[in-house]
Amino acid sequence: MLEKDIILKEREVLERVGFVLDEKQRSGSFVLLDNEEIASNYTEGLTFYSMGKAVKEIKGVKEKLWTLVPEDKDKWTRKAASGPPRGYFIHVAKGVKVEKPLQACFLIATSRMTQTTHNLIILEDGAELYIINGCATASYINAGLHIGITEIFVGKGAFLSYTMIHDWASQVEVRPRTGVYVQEGGKFVSNYITIKESRLTQSYPEAIVERNGAAQFASLVFAPPNSLYDLGARIYLNGEGARGEIISRAISGGGKVYSKGHLIGNAPGIKAHMSCDGLLLNSQGSIVAIPELEANHPEVEMSHEAAVGKIAEEEIEYLMSRGFSPEEAKSLIIKGFLDPKILGLPPALEAEVNKTIEMIGEGSL
Amino acid sequence: MLIVENLWVEVEGEKVLKGINLRIKSGETHVLFGPNGAGKSSLFFAIMGFSKYRVVEGRIIFKERDITYLPPHERARLGLGISFQRPPSLRGIKLYQIGKLMGREDRKIQEYAKLLSLNGLLYRDVNLGFSGGEMKRSEIFQLLLQGPDLALIDEPESGVDVVNIDLIAEAIKRLLQKDRPILERKRSGIIITHTGFILEKVKADRGHLLMDGKIVCSGNPEEMFNEIKLKGYKECVKCWKKTLS
Repeated sequence: MLEKDIILKEREVLERVGFVLDEKQRSGSFVLLDNEEIASNYTEGLTFYSMGKAVKEIKGVKEKLWTLVPEDKDKWTRKAASGPPRGYFIHVAKGVKVEKPLQACFLIATSRMTQTTHNLIILEDGAELYIINGCATASYINAGLHIGITEIFVGKGAFLSYTMIHDWASQVEVRPRTGVYVQEGGKFVSNYITIKESRLTQSYPEAIVERNGAAQFASLVFAPPNSLYDLGARIYLNGEGARGEIISRAISGGGKVYSKGHLIGNAPGIKAHMSCDGLLLNSQGSIVAIPELEANHPEVEMSHEAAVGKIAEEEIEYLMSRGFSPEEAKSLIIKGFLDPKILGLPPALEAEVNKTIEMIGEGSL
Repeated sequence: MLIVENLWVEVEGEKVLKGINLRIKSGETHVLFGPNGAGKSSLFFAIMGFSKYRVVEGRIIFKERDITYLPPHERARLGLGISFQRPPSLRGIKLYQIGKLMGREDRKIQEYAKLLSLNGLLYRDVNLGFSGGEMKRSEIFQLLLQGPDLALIDEPESGVDVVNIDLIAEAIKRLLQKDRPILERKRSGIIITHTGFILEKVKADRGHLLMDGKIVCSGNPEEMFNEIKLKGYKECVKCWKKTLS
């Protein structure tokens, strides 16, 4: 299924966002090519359909759509709702632990087009899944609009690791809208990594976490000149003992980054933490950290830390005294700052993400 | 190896070194004594070329080359090395990675890590959350990997427990080729010490007392240290003032 000309031609672009053509390394593959869906599944216990097929063939799918993200939330959701849903539908049966990651790629291959996608992920109780989503534009494209609706249900004691790598062209506008529901003891981990400039990316996913469940949103962002990243996450900690964490590491090479986060503690014994770190490489860019903590119960433990500044001269000279040139030193510090170890990735994916970070490190100077 | 000539250095407009003269031959180990704030670490940073330490007069000759205005990495590549008293933390950069990037073989990295009992820290971020003793060992470890011809070692023993002092002393001896006959030693070192513990383990050739940005006295390091221990730096001030008048 991956033999399509365009996929083969754009192999390099796809590999940069973690999408491999060797299907043995994955449990399933999905490509949304402009608005055409291509899906294949190689694993038992895992249902992996294109959304177009899922709404027609699987009972209840249609009813689940727009339950976590309101259809009339804003003009982007309304736009997405105006056409037929395209994207993927994932269902992991109770207790099934999918060993290999599942990969999905959203590729814009026609200039100035609007790509809309609607994805639904359901993990039954005790299920486990790693997903890597790559979003990219074909190498010859420079403009477009991507609207991505994603609704995620994590069952009791289930675990979902959801990684997104973005590699858009300079004039692409990106509007993801994501809603997550984590049931008792379930865990959801979101990792967001962006490589290149996109004119505007605005995203503020929301998660609701029940008793003893956990949600984590981590992002590694590099903003080159002329890019604007308006990123945040909101976690409602509704059940006793629920945990939430937002980790943001942003580097501006001239672009503007908003690091937002809103943690809401509604139950006793919840723990939540947010950390925003920013590095400014020059005076053209800016980084704005806006952490919000909201405690609605006295027995909560919530904290945040934020630090924004330039690379410490002391660190650069420390490395220089070991023989590294100033450029090598800065590149090392930048790569270290975007350490994928802060993400909850399986080793194979971590290696791929590492490659991406290497590129950011090299390209940032 | 190193000649420091009438070196005057300013930090943020304030003079911290006021006409330092120092000569270190190949294979020699020197020791710097002096009270806090005398300018010992500043002398190291100036020799290494850190930007905050502005040379306003004098020059630094290393291996017959004037390095007074070279950036730190070029000095390092010529064979200068430094271990910091209070090194910065490097988030996301692993100790092991530093060794690899210096171009050292795995075998060497493991060997030196074992020598300094650092195996557990190899895959940790450099200095991040390290204890005082771990930091010192990690600094000496990096120096060993670098293998400089002249090592500037800033208080290698402060905050280190007895067992680890032995490890550090062994590593410094190795760094300075103390296991070789004197004539075959090529590497030189300058060690800053307050406690003098390190002197019991690492033999030094010459000591210098720094006060208020000047070298006020030089001589046999053990004798000097015993005097300082006995009488304190106050007596040194008196002695120095006598010589001036």
